[in-house]
Amino acid sequence: MSPWVVGPFLVTAVFTAATCFQPRALEWTAGRQTDHLLQVLLGDGRKILANHMFVQADVYFHSGYYPSVFDQKHAPKDASHMTDGEAESGHVHSEACDHGTEAHVHTAECDHGDEAHVHTAECDHGEEGHVHTEACGHDHGAADPEDEHMKAMAFLREPRDWIEAFGRRFMVTEHKHLAGGTEREMLPFLKLSAQMDPHRIETYTVAAYWLRRTLGRVDEAEEFLRAGLKANPQSYEILFELGRLYYENRQDLQRAGNLWRAALDRWNRQELAKEKPDLFALDEIAVRLSRVAEEQGNRDEAIHWLQLVLEKDASPSPEAIRAQIERLRAAPRDPK
Amino acid sequence: MRTIFALAGIVIKELYRRKDFYVLFVVTALITVMMASVNFFNEDKIVRYLKDITLLLIWVSSLVIAIGTTARQIPAERESRTIFPLLAKPVSRWQVVAGKFLGCWLACGVALAVFYLFFGVVSGAKAGSLPVLQYVQAFWLQWAMLAIVVGMVLLGSVLFSAPSANATICLVIIAGIFLLGGHLHKLAGSQPPVMASILTILYFLVPHLEWFYASRERLVFEQDLIAWTDCGLASLYVAAYVALFLFLTWVVFRRRILTTN
Repeated sequence: MSPWVVGPFLVTAVFTAATCFQPRALEWTAGRQTDHLLQVLLGDGRKILANHMFVQADVYFHSGYYPSVFDQKHAPKDASHMTDGEAESGHVHSEACDHGTEAHVHTAECDHGDEAHVHTAECDHGEEGHVHTEACGHDHGAADPEDEHMKAMAFLREPRDWIEAFGRRFMVTEHKHLAGGTEREMLPFLKLSAQMDPHRIETYTVAAYWLRRTLGRVDEAEEFLRAGLKANPQSYEILFELGRLYYENRQDLQRAGNLWRAALDRWNRQELAKEKPDLFALDEIAVRLSRVAEEQGNRDEAIHWLQLVLEKDASPSPEAIRAQIERLRAAPRDPK
Repeated sequence: MRTIFALAGIVIKELYRRKDFYVLFVVTALITVMMASVNFFNEDKIVRYLKDITLLLIWVSSLVIAIGTTARQIPAERESRTIFPLLAKPVSRWQVVAGKFLGCWLACGVALAVFYLFFGVVSGAKAGSLPVLQYVQAFWLQWAMLAIVVGMVLLGSVLFSAPSANATICLVIIAGIFLLGGHLHKLAGSQPPVMASILTILYFLVPHLEWFYASRERLVFEQDLIAWTDCGLASLYVAAYVALFLFLTWVVFRRRILTTN
């Protein structure tokens, strides 16, 4: 038979077979979730890749200064340093407390508890880290999270031989965080990490933090957080971050309050029964709810949220919380 | 010297006659352009991930070109029996070794220059700036590193029977050096005495290619220039290893009885 006959015949047969089987093939997969191509290809291995992508974002955050697998004991244990304006324990936020881009910029009213240092009115903080002044009432014996992080990341020991010493001249040996808008360089890895593992909550909160705080991409941050919330509807962390977006960027107290209440509700459902609940998150949520209530003129509610923090022993600096309650009680009532 | 350059010229011509370079370049270009077009949160100034991926592809491609081109040089001459008229010219065996090395290294340089030109255009267009000195330094350090690779593979081509075996073994050794070369002494610390001694000897013996790879990271993370004196010292380090590999290649090759089998 001529190939000119056989060829078109085979093409026709294949096309016909494809049209017959395609609807059936769709039925076979109808019960399954329509996943992203990478998810289908990689299966559960994508979680490992997602973690790797997140670590890669951290490597970028440190401008390439990062411990290798042979220095893992010096690798950062969590991602709190990636949003280091946030995770300082003992921080009681008040209306006058202003946070800068990377490190905190503290103002007169900014009060910190025992575990972090206690800042006073004269305390001056620079861009890259703390600038201590004479009037700065820090307890210098206490650990500063930024200093702790710098210490923890000092993984380069004295070179043992000339090969190591000479090799250092080519390596990135300066511990420097991304700043001044270059934080955007982390975003591709955070987005990829979220695509690989949509249930990795930290990815959404870290990416949203940088998007809204330093890059001015509030809409993108909200969109990303909402995508995260869709994949993780029970996440109090994402709801909390979304609340912060409405509070800090959109100045929408009502929505922020609602979101934080929803976050608290999720927290109660998930954490309350646990042996070691995430008290840091409770502290963050309740203190912010108190702030919203105070700003809305609802002083009793503000005190109620702070009392909840004391009740659950959630704050590392209960004295500061008590002082805040006293301040609220002592403040003159609004004639309204 | 003229003989060595003539031999080197033949190797360079071979590079542009073969399809390896074109395939690798097109693949690199395609992946780079595809990655450059991805939108991340509407931020169009994100460039480091692109530099990272492109430079990784350039490193892999240049290693494949260096190993592939060098591994087949002497075996191919033997197989096609062109080695006999070549040595009868008269061309001495050390000239063959030197000519092959120079040709492979220059061919790698030409390929690398094209890759870096492309890389400079893409990252310069995306970032809006082009730190030329950093690029020149990274190019030089990578090309210098390839000299060690070429020397090592050339030695392998007179030791191993087949180019494929040579290429595979060299690739494994080179990958091993990149991954572990700088950490062998750390590993030695946690090993029993005999293993610790072996690892320590290896640490001082192997060429530390990972130094040169670090220049890639410096370019990605927009770090300051490496001191030129350090680049000069690294070049001397390369020259020493190349001399050693070429000497060993010549020692093995001059004693080798050449047959067509």
